[in-house]
Amino acid sequence: MEKHHIIPVWFFVGLLLAIYGALICFSGISEYSHLPNTVLAELHAPVWWGAIMTVVGVVYIVANRPK
Amino acid sequence: MNDHLIALSGVDMAIIAIYFVAVVGIGFYLKRFAESGEDFFMAGREMTAWVAGLSFVSANLGSLELLGWAGASYQYGILAAHWYWIGAIPAMIFLGIVMMPFYYICKTHSVPGYLELRYGPAASGLSAISFAFMTILMSGVNMFAMASVMRVLLGWNIHLSIWVSSVTVGLYVVAGGLFSAIFNEVLQFFLIWFGALLIPVLGLIETGGWDGMVARIQKNFPGQDFTHAWSTLGHFGDNPMGMHWTGIVFGLGAMLSMGYWTTDFLVVQRVLSAKDMRSAKMAPVLGSFFKMAVPLIVILPGLIGLAVLPSLAMPHPLGPESALLAGQHSYNDVLPLIMVRYFGPGLLGLGVTALIAGFMAGMAGNTSAFGTVWTYDIYRHFFNKNASDAHYVSMGRWCTIVGLVLSIGTAYLVMGFASIMDYVQALFGFFIAPLFPTVLIGMLWKRATGAGGFLGLLAGVVSSVSMFFTMKYVPSSIAIIALSDKAQGLARDMYQALWAGLICVVVTVVVSLMTQPKSDKELEGLVYGATAIPKEEDTGFWGKPIVWACVSLAIFALLQVIFW
Repeated sequence: MEKHHIIPVWFFVGLLLAIYGALICFSGISEYSHLPNTVLAELHAPVWWGAIMTVVGVVYIVANRPK
Repeated sequence: MNDHLIALSGVDMAIIAIYFVAVVGIGFYLKRFAESGEDFFMAGREMTAWVAGLSFVSANLGSLELLGWAGASYQYGILAAHWYWIGAIPAMIFLGIVMMPFYYICKTHSVPGYLELRYGPAASGLSAISFAFMTILMSGVNMFAMASVMRVLLGWNIHLSIWVSSVTVGLYVVAGGLFSAIFNEVLQFFLIWFGALLIPVLGLIETGGWDGMVARIQKNFPGQDFTHAWSTLGHFGDNPMGMHWTGIVFGLGAMLSMGYWTTDFLVVQRVLSAKDMRSAKMAPVLGSFFKMAVPLIVILPGLIGLAVLPSLAMPHPLGPESALLAGQHSYNDVLPLIMVRYFGPGLLGLGVTALIAGFMAGMAGNTSAFGTVWTYDIYRHFFNKNASDAHYVSMGRWCTIVGLVLSIGTAYLVMGFASIMDYVQALFGFFIAPLFPTVLIGMLWKRATGAGGFLGLLAGVVSSVSMFFTMKYVPSSIAIIALSDKAQGLARDMYQALWAGLICVVVTVVVSLMTQPKSDKELEGLVYGATAIPKEEDTGFWGKPIVWACVSLAIFALLQVIFW
């Protein structure tokens, strides 16, 4: 969607995913030594899922950044 | 003792707060681009196929659906996936390949707009008034459901949730119109997938894969089959739904799903905002791939729940008298219970934000749809035909506010009378099932007349309402209308839709043959045989919508075989 030079929605998607991914990843790292009381906590899902979100977010930001 | 399911940490609250700031900020950023009527109501008709396609799917993928269908999956097993497969894919493909040319060429802004061009003001008026009513009702239902779910999950005050969500939605829809609604639906799409996809990943790890999950389900529920989609549909009594395959194929696949995906204004509006014909055709085709994958995050969690949480109780309506207060959990709690099972701080916040996003996008979508239908199909048509574009944009902004206030009123009404929720699904069935044959006949048969279209639509609606109340108050009629006294609620809905659609067709055809049709010139752009379909630009073999439509249908067929 390029009418009126609107920033593409994908840029905002990337921004939100990158911010959320970083928050979740760091939260997962901070709880590495004292895991929450959830099933499969030993898999450290917040760390790798947050990292995936951050990477996807950064890719979207770079690919759709306002010119 | 906790009276709510989830306790949020600081990072969870930060994630939720960032979402509210983001959507309002995006809405105000988009305000400068939404000054004309075309921009405010139709997002400038500049959406790419991907944006239109994702928002098309997202407009339907609300949190009420996420929670409700995960619960339905817990209750009925993989049969619930039919509402995402045969209940959506053929209809979405049909919309894109067959119907979009007529919707797009006539440059209509809405489905009632098409009906006015094709059949005249009577059919359009009936459709517009029913759409306006339903969108306000659904916006209010979403509002109430979100507040209720947040109270159960998080212990949030129900009134605060209603007002905070309403003000937030109001701010960004009044500011940016359909641009805002679509942008936030695309955001919601990503949030829901990233928030929910981890559930089946962790669930299948815990159960030891699909086979391990099935083994656990069979151990928890011996003698019941929850994991076959077709093989138990040979007889009404062989499956948890009390359904026969004819109801799934003809009632759900042919009538209800076609009616919803091809004529529901909320979803069709997103495709009408596409920037050209090819994008308009491609958008629902692209959406079909994502729709087919939704059972991963909705149905599979319900099945995982059967494996790891076998003691959930009969479903409650979403209302103040939640099952949680009785010390039990209802089927509708399966998704949040699974979230709490696997998600710690951070991921919980993401999951809750995804649910909030789903609810608010549902409110925004319905509110923006109400604004368009009221402004163009009711106000402009019946009250003020010759006002300026700026006047209609102003009307659109004001009626968004009025629509939200009415939605808040509806939310409180639903709070006071929880059984209204039972009627919401029925209301859709009353108006949607007959609308599809009315629109389709109009697009494919030149001989259909204005009188035929209006009376066919009216007959379909009246017969649908009649069948609903007959089955409700005369239970012996269920065996006749739904073909079996074992037919459950969803099965009855399917047959009600099927008969209402057929009645609509018969009345439309008979009345049309007895009345005067329009000339070919008057039907230009509206019906097959009187419309020159413009040639699509040459985008190569893999750029053609029909090619991807065939790929989608092939994957759909494969899924039916795999989960037979």
